[in-house]
Amino acid sequence: MKALVQNGRLIDPLQGIDEICDIHIEGGRIQEVRKRGGAEARKKKNPAVRAARLPGYQVIDATGMYVVPGLIDLHVHLREPGFEHKETIKTGTGAAARGGFTSVCCMPNTRPVNDNASVTEFILSKARVEGSCSVLPIGAITKGQKGEELAEFSLMREAGCVAFSDDGRPVMDSLLMRRALEYSRVHDLPVISHCEDLALAASGVMNEGLLSVTLGLRGTPAQAEEIMVARDISLAELTGGRLHIAHVSTAGSVEIIRAAKRRGIADVTAETCPHYFSITEEAVREYDANAKVNPPLRRQSDVEAIREGLRDGVIDAIATDHAPHHRDEKEGEFDLAPSGISGLETAVGLAMRLVADGVLSMTMLVEKMAVNPARIVGNGGGTLKPGADADLVIIDPRREYRVDAGDFASKGRNTPFGGWLLPAVPVVTIWKGKVYTWE
Amino acid sequence: MGLKTKDLVGIKGLDRDDIELILETASGFKDILGRDIKKVPALRGRTTVNLFYEPSTRTRTSFELAAKRLSTDVINISVSTSSIVKGETLQDTALTVQALGADFIIVRHACSGVPHFLAPRLKASVVNAGDGTNEHPTQALLDLFTIREKRGKIEGLDVVIVGDILHSRVAKSNIYALKKLGARVRLIGPPTLVPPALGELGVEIFSDMDRGLEDADIIMMLRIQMERQDKGFFPSTVEYFRNWGLTKRRMGRAKKNAVVMHPGPMNRGVEIASDVADGKHSVILDQVTNGLAVRMAVLYLLGGVRG
Repeated sequence: MKALVQNGRLIDPLQGIDEICDIHIEGGRIQEVRKRGGAEARKKKNPAVRAARLPGYQVIDATGMYVVPGLIDLHVHLREPGFEHKETIKTGTGAAARGGFTSVCCMPNTRPVNDNASVTEFILSKARVEGSCSVLPIGAITKGQKGEELAEFSLMREAGCVAFSDDGRPVMDSLLMRRALEYSRVHDLPVISHCEDLALAASGVMNEGLLSVTLGLRGTPAQAEEIMVARDISLAELTGGRLHIAHVSTAGSVEIIRAAKRRGIADVTAETCPHYFSITEEAVREYDANAKVNPPLRRQSDVEAIREGLRDGVIDAIATDHAPHHRDEKEGEFDLAPSGISGLETAVGLAMRLVADGVLSMTMLVEKMAVNPARIVGNGGGTLKPGADADLVIIDPRREYRVDAGDFASKGRNTPFGGWLLPAVPVVTIWKGKVYTWE
Repeated sequence: MGLKTKDLVGIKGLDRDDIELILETASGFKDILGRDIKKVPALRGRTTVNLFYEPSTRTRTSFELAAKRLSTDVINISVSTSSIVKGETLQDTALTVQALGADFIIVRHACSGVPHFLAPRLKASVVNAGDGTNEHPTQALLDLFTIREKRGKIEGLDVVIVGDILHSRVAKSNIYALKKLGARVRLIGPPTLVPPALGELGVEIFSDMDRGLEDADIIMMLRIQMERQDKGFFPSTVEYFRNWGLTKRRMGRAKKNAVVMHPGPMNRGVEIASDVADGKHSVILDQVTNGLAVRMAVLYLLGGVRG
């Protein structure tokens, strides 16, 4: 399988490239990246012409489009094994590919929990057969995600886990979290923390404030997140462990992480999700359970702070926290609906709004969605250097996309962005040389 | 004449004219309730279903009687809370009820927003009989009706609401309704149970009951749920009564002709002393009678919308 992506604007921060290039792909790898712009390049034969003569070359015209390294999502829920009515590895990776992702890190809250090597192996074998992108499993921090004893980090790592997290269930015991961060130093893998003080969160179902009171919904204060962000940064400082903070949703968390990074004494990285920089708690006003997510949607001032945190580098990554649910689970009582947004297929469009708004440059967007995630999980991706896996995505900045959950590749149609007009959309995803073209 | 909407899900969605119309209509029905023959044929042939997911005697009985006085057929369905989690979905139950030919579905549910979920999905008129900690609109309407009956007006009155504002759907609906009709509203209670965010709605908040009661025209007491003590909202009912119980002595702080209200059922000796509950300021039983007239008005006016 050979392909030529021609005349697109390649943005590859690790190579320092932001210009029109042609990219040769062969055997699932990047063969060559040839810049179009310079006089020297112009002297050489037009690669398109050359390619057209070569049999077996698939030529992809990327004129007027961005060509970027395949996106890496640090935070998805593929739901398999155990919750196949919500999503499967097949449909989840299909949604990822559609959304421009060539790798996804899947959280361990399946049934059974991915807290041992055999579950990790099951996920990876399933992904090898049915996957449309690379699957990088995240193992549980504690057995059964019960927050009682550490899971087998080394055995899970050998099986292919790239990080550890009890996502959805914070490790409330500070001593155990200390041990996790200490023990993880054996492997140089990050511990990903879902920061939520469960007692303070008090089973809240939305952000606490006037709106929660006037809707009669239990509120969770921003402090339930911030206290745990501060705790985990302190523990990272104490232990020297690598801490990655999942789904940052509040201005206070951004400030705490900013201060920690300035002091430079803890090894900490952080992600946020498109919904936290795009919408506020107002989205739940009509009791729309599609806007129920944990941590909850916050206020405009939080949205602004998160955008600023992305701009100034406090927040390293944009992850989706793709959390598909069955329609029947989201239809009904708001209190009883599970939390989560099906996010893989709207992430690029929502992130491109940040570019349109001048919050991020295209280079920064690629850093947040490919380069930094690759660094955090150490999978060697995030660049189109010759020899690298041919994982890339072509984004058409002139093609607007009207979000219609009915068209999602994901089984999860739970999105608060239905009907939104997003400014750009992935049109081609190439994973290990395999070309997916989206209509 | 009728309301602009098919449903009554909350006071938040009503404007002043809607409220005035309901109160005026209720006044006519109250006259009918004073007659020997208390039944009118206004909604003959219609069917009312009381769909109660929470136990209730007062509100359910009041709606049932109101519906019967208007000559509708009435069915009571009590769904135990355990089957919410496991059994039939909310939507399926509601559609089933509608398929039985219900014109009015009176719904009470422990989860906020349930009437708002059902209303657009059903052809029947949905009336909120209390949803979680959100609203209890007919209670607020009957409270307004009672205030106006006792004091001749609502605008400009100083109304205090005392107790567990955070969890009280009655308090929420009353705050919205009283503000819409131009009353001044004060909230009194332990800071654990009075969310400061409500100050943004232009109400005053007090933790000191004596100060909060100063020159009040209307005193609305709320029922204190005993389980709030277990959750640490206050240390004991004895201490609660000491700080926020309505006693004869405290009544001296309010206006001489102050009116004492309570949505019931009361915890005597916890939020209200018996001599106050049974005393001359108390209009608690008038509230019950007026509830009937107000609920008749609501059903009648919604029936008008459906034609």
